[in-house]
Amino acid sequence: MAKTFQKPESLTDRYMHYCPGCTHGVIHRLVAEAIDELGIRKRTVGIAPVGCAVMVYDYIACDFQEAAHGRAPAMATGIKRVRPDLIVFTYQGDGDLASIGMGEIVHAANRGEKFTTIFVNNAIYGMTGGQMAPTTMPGQKTTTSPMGRNVDEVGMPIRIAELLSSLVTPGYITRQTVIRPKYILKAKEAIKRAFAYQVEGKCFSLVEVVSTCPTNWGMTPVEAVDWAEKTMLPYYRLGDFKTPE
Amino acid sequence: MGKVLMKGNEAIAEAAVRAGCLNYFAYPITPQSEIAEYLSRRLPEVGGVFLQGESEVAVGYMIFGASGCGQRVFTSTSSPGFSLMSEAVSYITGAECPAVFVNIVRGGPGLGGILPSQADYFQAVKGGGHGDYHLLVMAPDGVQEAVEMMMMAFPLAEKYRNPVLILGDGLIGQMMEPVEFPENLRSEPTNKDDWASNGMATRNSDTPNLVKSLFLDPRALNDHNLKLKAKYERMMREDLRYEAYNADTDYQALIVSFGTMSRVCRTAIDALKRQGIEVGMIRPQTLFPFPEKAIHEAAIRPSCKVVLSIELNMGQMLEDVQRAVLGERPVHWHGNAGGDIPSPEDIMDLVKSFL
Amino acid sequence: MQREVMFAGFGGQGILLSGKILAEAAMAEGLEVAWIPSYGPEMRGGTAYCLVAISDQPIGSPIVRTPSHLVAMNRPSLVKFAPTIKPGGVIVINSSIIDIGSNRSDVDELRVPVTDIAKELGNVRAANIVALSAFVARSRIVGLETFKNTVDVEFAKKPDLRSINLAAVEAGISAALKDR
Repeated sequence: MAKTFQKPESLTDRYMHYCPGCTHGVIHRLVAEAIDELGIRKRTVGIAPVGCAVMVYDYIACDFQEAAHGRAPAMATGIKRVRPDLIVFTYQGDGDLASIGMGEIVHAANRGEKFTTIFVNNAIYGMTGGQMAPTTMPGQKTTTSPMGRNVDEVGMPIRIAELLSSLVTPGYITRQTVIRPKYILKAKEAIKRAFAYQVEGKCFSLVEVVSTCPTNWGMTPVEAVDWAEKTMLPYYRLGDFKTPE
Repeated sequence: MGKVLMKGNEAIAEAAVRAGCLNYFAYPITPQSEIAEYLSRRLPEVGGVFLQGESEVAVGYMIFGASGCGQRVFTSTSSPGFSLMSEAVSYITGAECPAVFVNIVRGGPGLGGILPSQADYFQAVKGGGHGDYHLLVMAPDGVQEAVEMMMMAFPLAEKYRNPVLILGDGLIGQMMEPVEFPENLRSEPTNKDDWASNGMATRNSDTPNLVKSLFLDPRALNDHNLKLKAKYERMMREDLRYEAYNADTDYQALIVSFGTMSRVCRTAIDALKRQGIEVGMIRPQTLFPFPEKAIHEAAIRPSCKVVLSIELNMGQMLEDVQRAVLGERPVHWHGNAGGDIPSPEDIMDLVKSFL
Repeated sequence: MQREVMFAGFGGQGILLSGKILAEAAMAEGLEVAWIPSYGPEMRGGTAYCLVAISDQPIGSPIVRTPSHLVAMNRPSLVKFAPTIKPGGVIVINSSIIDIGSNRSDVDELRVPVTDIAKELGNVRAANIVALSAFVARSRIVGLETFKNTVDVEFAKKPDLRSINLAAVEAGISAALKDR
């Protein structure tokens, strides 16, 4: 009997360390599927972030380099410039990309570096224990905003997809989510498209993925999905913000 | 090929190309921007990669990425820029990647000034960023030596899988001197398939390579640090470089000085000799590893009464000289940190004041 | 023996090039040389200067507070550096725009209207070569034939400037010899 569903070759057998209800596992799988389907695993180099996904190299079976917090786009630039034949992707969270690494991502996108960024936005710092992120929602309680995010003091959450799509340099900028199965297929399509643009040598791509963090949000996985849908999705609108065509 | 008159910065840039390094990322900063300007023209001619990054922070990681995927790469900067790169330098060292950094030092702290300085000695030789590491640090005393050290830096970085730092100053960078590029210092990049994340297909392998500096297990992290320590000890055994000048005489004073400052000392030593006063000099060419044994042995020569650490800062190498002399002779510092380089006459007067 | 020549003037007067040509000429004679510019913010429009050290021995300290000779292209340069020149040195003064002297009796002062000479030749930008040529003719720090050849090689890359600069060499040399 033919197998109709199996683990992607680009995913290792390693047991993932992520919390129950965390969406990293789903996103890892989508990346692995895209790599498999494009047949690029053996020429792919991933850049691991600082954050919960720092050990992504344990789960996705390609070459990896481990970046400092926020610097993955600069490392990807270094690799892609000296080895344009390699397929390079960064996998970054919101503290990593939207806070400490804002400079690196903006300039890499603006130079049109031909790599792919998977940007996981769960509105909080996960690994360090639930501190406020640039993407934390107004009023959202975190360990460093115990009364809730006060936008008068720290401003409104940063919408990375919109911000980067304002750059004139062509690129593929999209926002997706994986919080319910109905969104996952679209997210998969976007991730694959982002890698395909790179294979074609076309442009910089960034897929923002709205995600959950039940542990640090202090919710059950089901509550987290509901909260993300009600609170985040109206602010973080899904869809393509920029395409190279 | 005969000698050509070249500015230090441009000669350093050309030396990298001649050494087989065709990848350069940088951010402009005085007094070394000519390196970037030169390579922005030169590298496209040879099919190389030139990129001006958005900051020294980013450039440090461009170097990390390029080095981690197995390519020869270098950058150049000046003091404030090297501070910003120091984060990446720590990661590169931790991940054991070869890379070459050039710091054309300017005065500090903060913005300081742009004139010649050796104020970054501590930063260069004691690690510089966070964590327990060292760079192999070479300090040229002129344009020709800068060329040679630059060409040696790439194979050395690959030998140790550790960054090499060329520590110059504004005079070395801005001065023009006749140079030649020794053919015998050309080298081929080593094969890096056993560790670099250069793509599994590149090395025809089924096993991914991982370039990283994270070791959460305490024993693994300690072992990793022991491995790094062993490298630094090997540098001391195999790649220590220094010059002993006028050191076979019965000198009354021993000078320890490097780079630009050592040239002034050399002129002073020659002039003192004509006056019948012998002064010896140990000129460290590698600042790490540091020639502590040579300095100790030179200091305890029976004729030697005093050791002088002469540097363009407020007495940084002094601490390493004291450590080398081990109290066998008095050790004094002399220097200037503003960019006003002491003259040979100043050094002559200084020496005489101790005799 | 080591000698040092200070070239100084406004940015844009070709100060750094004068020094470079002299260094190249000395190199061609088998001498050791070092060329040290001023650099940084002061080079934007302000005073530019460079020092050329020439020696028959490897050059130790290229840093000198009392150079052997001076070529002063503007008044601030003359005021700043004339007192520092070693006794017996040559001081070339661009008398087109400097109306004072070095105020030194122990140097060989040579006043040449280099800007006016260059204008007459058709390009004010050749003034640096007029001054350099006058200096070389007076000091004989390098041989005249070597020097002429070096200038020729320097401008071989820029054919439109070659003839005027070769004329500037001759004009500078004859001005130096006429003054004596």
